[in-house]
Amino acid sequence: MSLLSVRDLTVKFAMRDQTVTALNGISFDLAKGERLGIVGESGAGKSITGFSLMNLLSRPGFIDSGQILFDGEDVVQMNDKRLRNLRGNRMAMIFQDPMVTLNPVLTIGQQMIETLMAHRKLSREEARQIAIVKLREVYIPSPEERLEQYPHELSGGMRQRIIIAIALLLDPQLIIADEPTTALDVTIQADIMELMLELCQSNQVGLILITHDLGVVSQMTERTLVMYAGRIIEAGRTREIINDPQHPYTQGLINALPQQTVPGQRLKQIPGNMPGLASIPQGCAFNPRCKYATDLCRSRVPEIVQYGEVAVACHEVQRLHSDEDRQEARA
Amino acid sequence: MFAYLAKRVIQAIAVMFVISLIAFAIQGNLGDPLRELVGQSVSEEVRQQLRDELGLNDSFVTQYLRFAGNALQGDLGTSYFFKEPALDVILKKLPATLELVFGATLIIIGFSVPLGVYTAIKPDSILSRVIMGLSIVGISIPVFLTAILMIFVFSVEYGWFPSYGRGDTVHVWGYWETNFATADGWMHIILPSVALASIMLPLFVRLIRAEMMEVLQSEYVKYAKAKGINPWRIYFVHALKNTLLPVITVGGVQIGTMVAYTILTETVFQWPGMGFMFLEAVNRVDTPLIVAYLIVVGFIFVVTNTIVDLIYGLVNPTVNIARMGA
Repeated sequence: MSLLSVRDLTVKFAMRDQTVTALNGISFDLAKGERLGIVGESGAGKSITGFSLMNLLSRPGFIDSGQILFDGEDVVQMNDKRLRNLRGNRMAMIFQDPMVTLNPVLTIGQQMIETLMAHRKLSREEARQIAIVKLREVYIPSPEERLEQYPHELSGGMRQRIIIAIALLLDPQLIIADEPTTALDVTIQADIMELMLELCQSNQVGLILITHDLGVVSQMTERTLVMYAGRIIEAGRTREIINDPQHPYTQGLINALPQQTVPGQRLKQIPGNMPGLASIPQGCAFNPRCKYATDLCRSRVPEIVQYGEVAVACHEVQRLHSDEDRQEARA
Repeated sequence: MFAYLAKRVIQAIAVMFVISLIAFAIQGNLGDPLRELVGQSVSEEVRQQLRDELGLNDSFVTQYLRFAGNALQGDLGTSYFFKEPALDVILKKLPATLELVFGATLIIIGFSVPLGVYTAIKPDSILSRVIMGLSIVGISIPVFLTAILMIFVFSVEYGWFPSYGRGDTVHVWGYWETNFATADGWMHIILPSVALASIMLPLFVRLIRAEMMEVLQSEYVKYAKAKGINPWRIYFVHALKNTLLPVITVGGVQIGTMVAYTILTETVFQWPGMGFMFLEAVNRVDTPLIVAYLIVVGFIFVVTNTIVDLIYGLVNPTVNIARMGA
């Protein structure tokens, strides 16, 4: 049985004069210890997906419908007490910007120990010892001293390591990392990613990595979801998606990578911008930016269809496949 | 630590210098001191002679230096009315005022934190709306009107509290007599304290609410939720401490301002403090007393602000007092 099973998750935002749909019927599964990447441009709904999994959306966002089965229990239906037991304990989260994630007026020790004591019956000293062990695991030098320090006394990379240590404190089954390295120096990014990969593998922790960096996804994850305007448009094994992207949007994302361009040439970017939530075009949300768009694309939202290892939501891909089928039938 | 303290003390001295300069400049413009000192019958010749003796014909700088030199030795001149050293007159009145300010401060701290936190956590509840509505009323009504209304309702109509004076006080030390030792003293200080707090309390409720709401939107509060921390701990440990940092700074200034507000409160309640005394001194054109009052109030202002800055440094870990000013 999968660890996490999301079914038809729809998230809406109640704005002053209208309700906009931020996530539109998202479904995916995650096996125990599996690492999944969620990619897409800003505004695709990646972070909202991450926060929804913990039922942590703050107003005006809310889960409109759908199920989030975690270990067999629906997170959407949990009461506050069950949710508190889930958060930080069975499911941990790593936030985007370590500079603002830790509370500036509490010491590292206080912020680690409170997390342990919120979930386990431990004495302060026992909690402190666990915190020290976890800080060692993320290669923090002299952890005893760090516990007495305040966040502002530490560098960004150090803080993100501490946040990773906090995520691991209670040996969760799943870690959701929301762009964990975007706010960090490029040289430190690789270190942090490597550390996360190592810890997830050695502790058999599931990982959902939210990022816009396809390079990171290919190194870190086994499966990938590509999101666009609140929908999953392509899903499958990471290797397949990177090497043979089906959806025109995924193709565009991969072609836009600097590695795909000869030095001195312009980067091949996807024309246009992601639509705002209030102005999602009719039909396939990607159609105004897609060079293959047909009248069908402009009128009907494509279903996500499984083709072997990958699932794609694109009329054009469907047409190609049915042509192939017909040719095969003829032959 | 020492460098920071030294820096603060130097700043305080600079502020006191400016205050003394202003106070001294006022002195020269508040009527002729000779009119207060001598009768109508004294001739112009004798007046001039007295002027020379008193040094009133010297240059402004010479006069100021003499004034400052005396002030440094604790001599702020002699009150025309009381015929006593002005500083002594003020020091006798000071405890009453400080106790009143202390009472009001207790009320403000005791109520503003829970009310501010509550209205921030539950901004849409009916009680929050009532509190916010009342706070606007509190800010809008001047202190003297609040005070008179309170006397009318609680002293005249219901007779729950006495309407004037300090009541039974107990002598503690030096000039200090306290209201907080007897039940009668407590009864007397409640109404004036509430009246004095009536403007600052709503201000603080609103300030704490605004700060707290902002802090509750912060990433670290969201993160604390994601760690599964109990909401009460999030409100009172994670959020409140960050909320109070800016409030402390404003609070220090406001406590100083409250000493000035006592002029109105003390006058309405006939509270024998230095605010009441100041108003009488103005009526009597008791210049030395007015000047001494300005300097003493300025001094209290400077001292409270310095203390508040030090407390801020202790509470806020990102301000390292030990290393500051070095």
